[in-house]
Amino acid sequence: MPIQYYLFLSLALFSIGIMGTLMRRNAIVIFMCIELMLNAVNLLLVAFSKMNNDPGAQIFVFFIMVVAAAEVAVGLAIIVMMYRKVHSVDINILNRLKH
Amino acid sequence: MTNLVYLVPLFPLIGFLINGLGWKKVPKSLGGIIGSTAVLASFVVSLGIFFEVKSAGTATSVYLFDFIKSGDLNIPFIFQVDALSSLFLLIITGIGFLIHVYSTSYMHDDEGVVKYFAYLNLFVFSMLLLVLGGNYLIMFIGWEGVGLCSYLLIGFWFKRRDFTNAAKKAFVMNRIGDLGFLVGMLLVLYNFGTLSYQDFFGQINDGTALVNSSTYNWIAICFFIGAMGKSAQLPLYTWLPDAMAGPTPVSALIHAATMVTAGIYMIARSSALYNMAPAAQSLVAIIGLATAIIAASIAIKQYDIKKVLAYSTVSQLGFMFLALGVGAYTTAVFHVMTHAFFKALLFLGSGSVIHAMGGEQDIRKMGGLNNKMKITGITFLIGCLAIAGIPGFSGFFSKDEILAAVYAHSPVMYYLTLGAALMTAFYMFRLYFLTFTGTFRGTEEQKHHLHESPAAITIPLSVLAILSIVGGYVGLPPVISEHHTLNSYLAPVVSNFNVHHLEHATEWMLMGLSTVLVIIMIGVAYARTKKPDFSENTGLAKVLENKWYVDELYDGVIVHPLGGLSKILNNIIEKLGIDGIVNGTGKLVNWGSGKVRILQSGQVGFYIFAMVLGMTIIFAISFFWIQ
Repeated sequence: MPIQYYLFLSLALFSIGIMGTLMRRNAIVIFMCIELMLNAVNLLLVAFSKMNNDPGAQIFVFFIMVVAAAEVAVGLAIIVMMYRKVHSVDINILNRLKH
Repeated sequence: MTNLVYLVPLFPLIGFLINGLGWKKVPKSLGGIIGSTAVLASFVVSLGIFFEVKSAGTATSVYLFDFIKSGDLNIPFIFQVDALSSLFLLIITGIGFLIHVYSTSYMHDDEGVVKYFAYLNLFVFSMLLLVLGGNYLIMFIGWEGVGLCSYLLIGFWFKRRDFTNAAKKAFVMNRIGDLGFLVGMLLVLYNFGTLSYQDFFGQINDGTALVNSSTYNWIAICFFIGAMGKSAQLPLYTWLPDAMAGPTPVSALIHAATMVTAGIYMIARSSALYNMAPAAQSLVAIIGLATAIIAASIAIKQYDIKKVLAYSTVSQLGFMFLALGVGAYTTAVFHVMTHAFFKALLFLGSGSVIHAMGGEQDIRKMGGLNNKMKITGITFLIGCLAIAGIPGFSGFFSKDEILAAVYAHSPVMYYLTLGAALMTAFYMFRLYFLTFTGTFRGTEEQKHHLHESPAAITIPLSVLAILSIVGGYVGLPPVISEHHTLNSYLAPVVSNFNVHHLEHATEWMLMGLSTVLVIIMIGVAYARTKKPDFSENTGLAKVLENKWYVDELYDGVIVHPLGGLSKILNNIIEKLGIDGIVNGTGKLVNWGSGKVRILQSGQVGFYIFAMVLGMTIIFAISFFWIQ
C-alpha cells in the first residue's frame, strides 16, 4: 500500500482531533480528541518507520503509548474531580481562573 | 629571641581582643591594667630583640605563613627584624607603655575606658605590624590599621559632632595618601614582580632591574604621597591639627610619637629606592621644608595648647622629611626618636595641664601654673628646651644634624630651615611662658581646682623628661665624637647617602649660630609674653591665627565644588536618569501587564484555542524560516 494513504488517514484523524478540541465543550470529548491526535501521530510514526525500514520510530510509539496511558490516568482523575465539584463536565463553567 | 618576634605584636592583639570583646564586662580598673601589661610584655621582648640585633648586627626575616599565593605571585607573611625595625619597636612599645600608664589615670573617669584601651592596643598592634612587615603589603596592613585606630580614637568622644567630623577628616585625608601608597605598591609589583624588601632592594642594588629612572621616580613619588597623608605633610597636613579632638594621650602616642612617623619609616626603609630617584628626593626635601616653615608660622599665633603642639608636630615632621630629602636617612630616624621623646613629653604635659584646668585648653586663660604644678612645669620646660635645640638636650643633636646635612646640600635651604627652627623656639617658649609663668588668668574656680597630677601621670612625664635629655647622646656630632652610635647601629640597613661632611670649623660655626639665635628667640618670646596682649590680631598675624586660611581654601576649592557637583548629579543624573530608568521599567511592566491580562479570560476553550494557534505559528515559522 502506498504511503500516501497512511498520511491522509493520519492527517484526517489529526484534523478531527484538533477541530474536536476546539469546538466541543464537553471535557471528556476534548480529552478523547487529544488521544485521537496522539494516535494520529503514532500512526504516522509507524508508517514512516515501515517505509524507511527503521524500527527506531516504533520504539517512540511505545513510549508515546506509555506516556499517553499515564496522561489518561491523570486527565480522567482531573475530570472526575471536576465533576464532583461542579456536577458538570462543561469547560465553559470552568472560568474561575479569571478571578 | 628573634624567632619570638611574633610575640611582639601578639601581646597587644591579645590585649585588644580581651578588652575589645569584653568592653562591657571587663571592669573599668582592669581594662587599663590589661592594656598596659600587654604593651609592657611587648616592650620586654622588643628589648631582647634589640640587644640581639645589636650584637649580631644582621637582618633576619622571620617567616610565619603564606599570605597570598597565586600563580607567580607569592607574598608570605614575613617579619623583618633588623636595626631599623628593632629601633622602632623600642620607640613604639616603650613610649606606648608610658602612655598606657598615663592613660590609666587620665581616662579613669571616662565611661568608655575599656574600649579606649582596646583601641589603643589595636593601634600598637597595627603599628608593630607596620614596622615589622617584611614586605610592603604587611606594612600596608599596619598602615591601614593605624589609620583606622586614629579615626576611632579621634572620634572617641563621638557624642560631639565636631569631634566626629575631625575623625572623618583625618580618615579621608589619609585615604588620599593611602591611594598613592597603593599605586606605588602596584608599580613595584608590576615592574619588579615582588613586594618583599629583600628582593626589591636586592634587584635595585644589583642593577638587575630593567627599569629606567623615571619608573623609580614615579614609585618614589607614589610612596611619598602615602607618606604625605600619614605624616601630615603639605598639602594633606590639615587633618593633624584637627586630630587633637581625641584624648590627649592619643595625641601623644598616635599624632606625635608613632603613627605620624610611619611615613619617615617607610622612606627610610625604601632608602635604596630614593637613592635611585633624585627627582622624587628633591620633591621630598622641598615639601618637607615648606611644611616645616608653614606649620611653624601657624603655630606662632595659635591659642589652643594642643593646637600649638599639633602644628609643632607637623613642622618637626617637615624637618624629618627635609632630612630624608637630602639623603640623611639615619638623621631623620634620629630625629624621629628624639622627637618621639620630647613631643610625647610635651603632649602628656599639656594633658596634665588640661586635666588640672578642668578641660580648658586656651592658653589665654592659663598662666602661672608653675606654682601649683612643679613636676609638670619642669618636665614641660625640659621638653621645650629639647625641641628648641638648646645644647645638651636631645633635640639639639638631631636638629643640628639635620641642619648640618641641609647646609652641606644647599646653604639657601639651610637658612630657611634655620628660620623654621627659630620659629619653633619662639612658639614653644611663648607657649611655656604663657602657660607656666606670669599670673593666672582663668576663673577663681579653676584657680581653686589647680593641682599637681597623680603619680601615674607624673612618672611617665619624668621618664620622658630624662629620655628627652639623654636621648640625644646616641648621636653625637662629628666635632665632638667620631663615633656616632646610632649611625653605626643602623648601618647594616640604612645609611646616609650623598651627604657631604662639613669641615669642623664650619660645623662649630653652624652650631654656634643656631644656638645663639635660639637663645635670642627665647628672650624675644619672654619679652613678648611678659605682658600678654590678646587684642584682636591684624594683618599677617590674623592670617597666621587663621592658619593661612588653608582650611577655607580647601573648602572653597575642593569641598564646595565637589558638594555642588554631587548635588547636580543627585538632582539630574540620579533623579531623572537612574530613577527614570528604574521607575520607567516598573511603569512599563505595569502598563503592559494591564493590557495583556485581558487575554486571561478564564475560558478553558480559549486557552486551548490559543495553544493550538501558538503551535501552528511555531510550525509555520519552523517550516518557512528554518529550512
